[in-house]
Amino acid sequence: MTVEALSPARRAERTRPSLARFGRALAPWALPILILVVWEIAARAGLVNARLLPAPSTIASAFWRSLQDGSLIANTWASTKRALIGLLIGGGLGFLGGLATGLWRPAETLLDSTVQMIRNIPHLALIPLVILWFGIGETAKIFLVAIGVFFPLYINTFHGVRTVDRQLVEMAEVYGLDRRARLSRIILPGALPSILVGLRYALGLMWLTLIVAETISATSGLGYMTMNAREFLQTDVVILGILVYALLGKLADWATKAIERRALSWHPAYQIARENKP
Amino acid sequence: MSLAVQRDVAPGAAGAAGLPIRLAGVSKSFGETEVLRRFDLHIPAGQFVAVVGRSGGGKSTLLRLVSGLDQPSGGRVMIGERAVTSLDPAVRLLFQEARLVPWQRVVENVGIARGENWRERALQALRDVGLDGRGDEWPSVLSGGQRQRVALARALVSRPNILLLDEPFGALDALTRIEMHRLLDGIWRERGFTTVLITHDVAEAVALADRVIVLREGRVALDLPVDLEHPRAELADPRAAELQKQILAAV
Repeated sequence: MTVEALSPARRAERTRPSLARFGRALAPWALPILILVVWEIAARAGLVNARLLPAPSTIASAFWRSLQDGSLIANTWASTKRALIGLLIGGGLGFLGGLATGLWRPAETLLDSTVQMIRNIPHLALIPLVILWFGIGETAKIFLVAIGVFFPLYINTFHGVRTVDRQLVEMAEVYGLDRRARLSRIILPGALPSILVGLRYALGLMWLTLIVAETISATSGLGYMTMNAREFLQTDVVILGILVYALLGKLADWATKAIERRALSWHPAYQIARENKP
Repeated sequence: MSLAVQRDVAPGAAGAAGLPIRLAGVSKSFGETEVLRRFDLHIPAGQFVAVVGRSGGGKSTLLRLVSGLDQPSGGRVMIGERAVTSLDPAVRLLFQEARLVPWQRVVENVGIARGENWRERALQALRDVGLDGRGDEWPSVLSGGQRQRVALARALVSRPNILLLDEPFGALDALTRIEMHRLLDGIWRERGFTTVLITHDVAEAVALADRVIVLREGRVALDLPVDLEHPRAELADPRAAELQKQILAAV
């Protein structure tokens, strides 16, 4: 009896919060969906020129087409490969350089002011020079990406190493840790939050540099795909390329965030974030 | 030789694990300021000495010289038969702050120097300081007193002959401080390492030490033996109150 009398109220209690949660999860998507709907209607009604701004459905079919003929995957892979090779070279050098100047004063006096000077040149301004040096092949694009990602990793690694708690380093010395143990147990983990900030920033620059480099000269890659589509006035493919760039950028950002959560799980800020999650 | 070492042991202490400390004509200056001037001090093996004095009186300098973190400008610092020229694994230093490595778990902090069986030894050291079962936690979740317990475990895990304490309980609340006093007193009586405690707190000095030294302008202003039996009840003993009065007068 009593159970029956209570149950509807209980059920309401249980459903209401879950409904609210569902609504909260959905809320960020409301505006994009609304824009898509309005855009589709406007394109179909002829309110906007479909040649300049094709309907979302047209872009979706372009996506399907390029997926089926394999060109989307091939071009995305070509771009990703360039991006990652450039990141590995430039980021690796930036990390090592930052480590050297951070740990070793003579390296700082020798290198840092030069690096700070070159840093102020926008690396995309080097494009004409890079084309003269390397032509328009793969090397030129990888070189540009490498230059682009070098500086954020260099600066943040240097800063991270320098701002490691001196008291911890002194403690490690007193407790008999040798140089290698101090580096791996104290200095590198202490510098890691700053290095990861540098990595996130570098990933943004990586895609930006690649887009610009590929639109100027390429025979494969997303930049090539969109520039080629422009020649034939395939606006849907151009927009598709832009969307794929956005997606790749988001993916890179998500990956660094995942690394951060894992590597910085000791950090109180990340512990609180985890506890608050349902 | 062995006879000389034996005579160096403080009476009453289980001196097997302790090493004597001797400073002979030690001077230390930083730039123009001379913090210690032709300073002499002898601490027998296993003795618990408290060094009291105002800030800038040379207390921390003394500790840094004994630990080997700093080198004297003149004179000699000896531990046992050796002159201190660098950091010595027989000497462990407890800092004002716990200085736990935030990205290492508690047990990894205790076993920071690693070495053979470090994990088992670190877990045992954690049990000794009353933190059984907390080894897998991050330091950030511990309270101030628990952090200093971990730091104490880290200092004791290598079974040092000399323990140096640089005001490690200064930042703790009164109750936690008394708990830490009991803990340290118990471990010291059991192990018998030589202990030098730097403190602002005269009551703390009298509660723990066999001997209280007052430093003033780089000189020993008072060298007072404390002949009260361990463990000592805080504040209850009128003799302790009398000693505190004497020390305060010298500071």
